[in-house]
Amino acid sequence: MSRQKANAEGKSPSRISAAARSLAVPLLAVVTALIIGALLIIVTDETVLAAFGRGIGSGLVQAWRIISKAYGAFFFGAFGDLYHITETLRIATPYIFAGLAVALGFQGGLFNIGAEGQYFIGGLTSVYVGYSLTGLPWFVHLPLALLAGAVGGALWAGIVGVLKAKTGAHEVINTIMMNYVAYRLAEFMLDVGGPMARPGYRPVSPEVQPSAYLPQFFPSDSTIRFNAGFFIALAFAVLVWWLLYKTTLGYEIRTVGQNPHAARYAGINVPRTIIITMALSGALAGLAAPMDILGVIHFMPNAFSSGYGFDAIALALLGNSHPLGVVLASLLFGALRSGASNMQGIAQIPIDITSILQGLIIVFIAAPAIVRAIYRIRGLEQGEELVLTRGWGQM
Amino acid sequence: MDTILNQEKRKARTMGIIFLVFALAVLLLFLPGTTGEQQTTFTFTATKVEALALPDLIFSTQMGLYVLVVVIVFLGAWQLAKGFPNQNLILGVVAGLFVLAFLAWAARDKSMNLTGMLESTLLRSMPILLAALSGVMCERSGVVNIGIEGMMLAGAFLSALIGSVTGSQWWGLLAALAGGGLMAALLAVLAINYKVDQIVAGTAITILATGLTSYFSSRYLQTNAALNTPPTFRPLQIPLLGRIPVVGPAFFNHTFVVYLAFFLVFAIQFMLYQTRWGLRTRAVGEHPRAADTLGIKVFRTRYINVIIGGMVAGLSGAYLVLSSVARFDELMSAGKGYIGMAAMIFGNWNPIGAFGSSLIFGFADSLQTKLAILQVPIPSQFLLMAPYLVTMIVLAGVVGQSRPPAADGAPYEKE
Repeated sequence: MSRQKANAEGKSPSRISAAARSLAVPLLAVVTALIIGALLIIVTDETVLAAFGRGIGSGLVQAWRIISKAYGAFFFGAFGDLYHITETLRIATPYIFAGLAVALGFQGGLFNIGAEGQYFIGGLTSVYVGYSLTGLPWFVHLPLALLAGAVGGALWAGIVGVLKAKTGAHEVINTIMMNYVAYRLAEFMLDVGGPMARPGYRPVSPEVQPSAYLPQFFPSDSTIRFNAGFFIALAFAVLVWWLLYKTTLGYEIRTVGQNPHAARYAGINVPRTIIITMALSGALAGLAAPMDILGVIHFMPNAFSSGYGFDAIALALLGNSHPLGVVLASLLFGALRSGASNMQGIAQIPIDITSILQGLIIVFIAAPAIVRAIYRIRGLEQGEELVLTRGWGQM
Repeated sequence: MDTILNQEKRKARTMGIIFLVFALAVLLLFLPGTTGEQQTTFTFTATKVEALALPDLIFSTQMGLYVLVVVIVFLGAWQLAKGFPNQNLILGVVAGLFVLAFLAWAARDKSMNLTGMLESTLLRSMPILLAALSGVMCERSGVVNIGIEGMMLAGAFLSALIGSVTGSQWWGLLAALAGGGLMAALLAVLAINYKVDQIVAGTAITILATGLTSYFSSRYLQTNAALNTPPTFRPLQIPLLGRIPVVGPAFFNHTFVVYLAFFLVFAIQFMLYQTRWGLRTRAVGEHPRAADTLGIKVFRTRYINVIIGGMVAGLSGAYLVLSSVARFDELMSAGKGYIGMAAMIFGNWNPIGAFGSSLIFGFADSLQTKLAILQVPIPSQFLLMAPYLVTMIVLAGVVGQSRPPAADGAPYEKE
């Protein structure tokens, strides 16, 4: 908001430099994280240490060789060819949904830490519609399966919203509790012999009907897993932006998020807004699951920890709880994940380095003063710091 | 208008109704499945050590359940009619009786070792308790610590590594404290100095710690087993107390880390409410501006609390390694930091409350291993959901208004 204001007031040259400077911090954050990652790779590589033992020169040469091999594989894995670019986008797709879910919650002053559970429930409802309905044309079946995922997630989170609105029970505990209930429910449903397990000895759901598949973007090449889900995710990002900034409901959500007391005096029905925010947030998290299930694997396995719930928080924070920011952050995480898995294959660097890079990037973006101090760049005008969440005291 | 008196009355009534619901649940869920001849046997054998033996308790399942229902109904009726002065304590008693009813029902025609159950409940609640205490330490001074999970991982990793390298569990323990403390210092710098949003900082710390520990683990610990075989703490039986039946094995036959955790519960409780340090901490957590005006150093108080809190979280990680599995595994904290956070909120930001709620989650955890031997016609997954559902129900009815420190999560800006 303050950024829009600053832009509107500035004349065009300074507007460009302001934009450049507001992009500088995230870019430098990524670069700095990559440099620290490189140092980590060098320090933990035995051949480099041995080479340094023989002399500084040979050590530097070997360090350069290792780093260029690792980061070469990394960048190739993220953007190198059509397959890897589409892989980056495919991995980003569920991230966009999960990140939007948490971001919407933040905008409404709610901390949805349960995107993981909503993802599981959305997966269950979506896969059920996906495999149980037969004989439908795709333009009916696919939307139904997506809708089922959204409804599942919305109900799961909606319960927490109702509890919060009616009794004041804290959404952080309740979404954590609901995560564990969701794991158990998914386990019960998909365990061998469970109500939603396929016959046989594998704890997975039956195969989804082809009429509920998300259309592949390159049907001729079956190795490319990129599908229409990415564009649905982008559409939902626009939808969430429109909802938040162009509708009355969005205004109410943001007002309740900023100050529930003021919202009540302004005549907004706060409990109702809380329930709606939570349900919408859950619907978005629930939609993340069909992106994997209908788009890529076409069934739901038991007991897979997706890790989306936690990454989603990071995405919402990185994206400043703004839909556009969430999309960009998701693309970044998709590229990191895709690049690191190629780097693991080629240069034997453990894929866990993605988490280190993600953590560092968040630190640097959240504390721009650190990056500015390192690179000696001028700060933006006042009021540009991130203010996203509030502790749980203020409600 | 809702007066405070009315709210109190309503809360007391809700509490009474919840007690009656527990009794009704026993009547509807457990009694129909029993027949007159069935008998439940509770044994009280300590699994590892000598304690004074207690004879087995054999009773008719139905009779036992009726007795428990009557007791719970009585408590509920008393609560509705007169009201207990300490409602949360009675809630704990009722929950305990309900669990007993469940066990009596599940162990019909079988025998069930209550001492063993209590023992494993306690052991499994330890990492959750320590995580919750870490949260209490930080949040009472006004810093939300959502990085507990990461601090636990750092503690667990370092305790395994340093313990293996030095061959001493004590060095491992110290390394865990240092690891948790360092992570917390990073949180403190970001949250207090740079005024980074505390939830952002905590999230970043967990992600960073997850990445670092997993990265180093797959680089070194997995390829070289000698780096991941730390010595562990042995259980120490406390003389006399340790020989009391049931209580002895459950509370007084544990490793050093467990005793340290017990000590911390009471120490933090005492410090928070009885000492000058506690008063300052609470003042900084509730109203930093006023505290500052009175000459309390807000930043320093927060730094100290957050770093001690991080050390407690590191201790929680050390418990997982040095007092339990003797090995570091990637992501071994498995969400216990978040459960600890829930236990802290459930326990109303209070050490003893956190202990009580940790026990509930510890029971849930230990139930999982006991289910195989019990006669339960419901799928195990539903039983394992129950503690989480009960937590939600209780939270909605009773502790709904649990109140965090007023300045929790707000960065302090010096003038």
